[in-house]
Amino acid sequence: MSVAKISIMVISGSLERLQMAAMVASVGAVSGDQVTVFLSMNALPYFIKGHSATAPAEGAFGRTMEGKNVPPFLELFQKATEFGDAKIFPCSMAMDVLSAKGEDMEPYLGEPIGLTKFLTNAEGGQILTF
Amino acid sequence: MAENKIIDGRNTFCPGPLMELIAGMKQASVGDVLELLSTDDGSAADVPAWVSKIGYELLGHEKVEGVWHIKVRKTK
Repeated sequence: MSVAKISIMVISGSLERLQMAAMVASVGAVSGDQVTVFLSMNALPYFIKGHSATAPAEGAFGRTMEGKNVPPFLELFQKATEFGDAKIFPCSMAMDVLSAKGEDMEPYLGEPIGLTKFLTNAEGGQILTF
Repeated sequence: MAENKIIDGRNTFCPGPLMELIAGMKQASVGDVLELLSTDDGSAADVPAWVSKIGYELLGHEKVEGVWHIKVRKTK
């Protein structure tokens, strides 16, 4: 079984991009790939406990998707860590900008990290950005 | 003794059915056969690819009256 290393940077707050990032993370992780997710910018707030779990659609596809029984992106990210070995890290810079603390975040997230650590960990694999 | 279980993933979109199958696999014992029901054509193509990658055994893969029946044996 071949193992790919996939590092995913998620910065968008739009439904389509969050959904696709979650799909890549979860399907990659359950297929045995080494998945790391880095959450920053407009994506990060969704992972703060108590934040709305619905993201705005960016275009027509997102609006169509809203009416269908598609697994919610937050649930897929969580399953990536539970069913696979995905590691999901919040960006320490974005945490500082939002004045968020570790205990404010969803429990399946790891500790905040910076870009140096993320980029070092990503070496030898591929980086996808949403 | 090996058990047969039905996993109902109908009326949910990719990757819902795959995730339902995996949840079932986590509960299953080696030798058990899980039959995933899915109405999502995308999942019907993707689940066998996952089965192959993970190394389980695909026993059946057919569409009956609009519902995919995908049978997988947990081999390890």
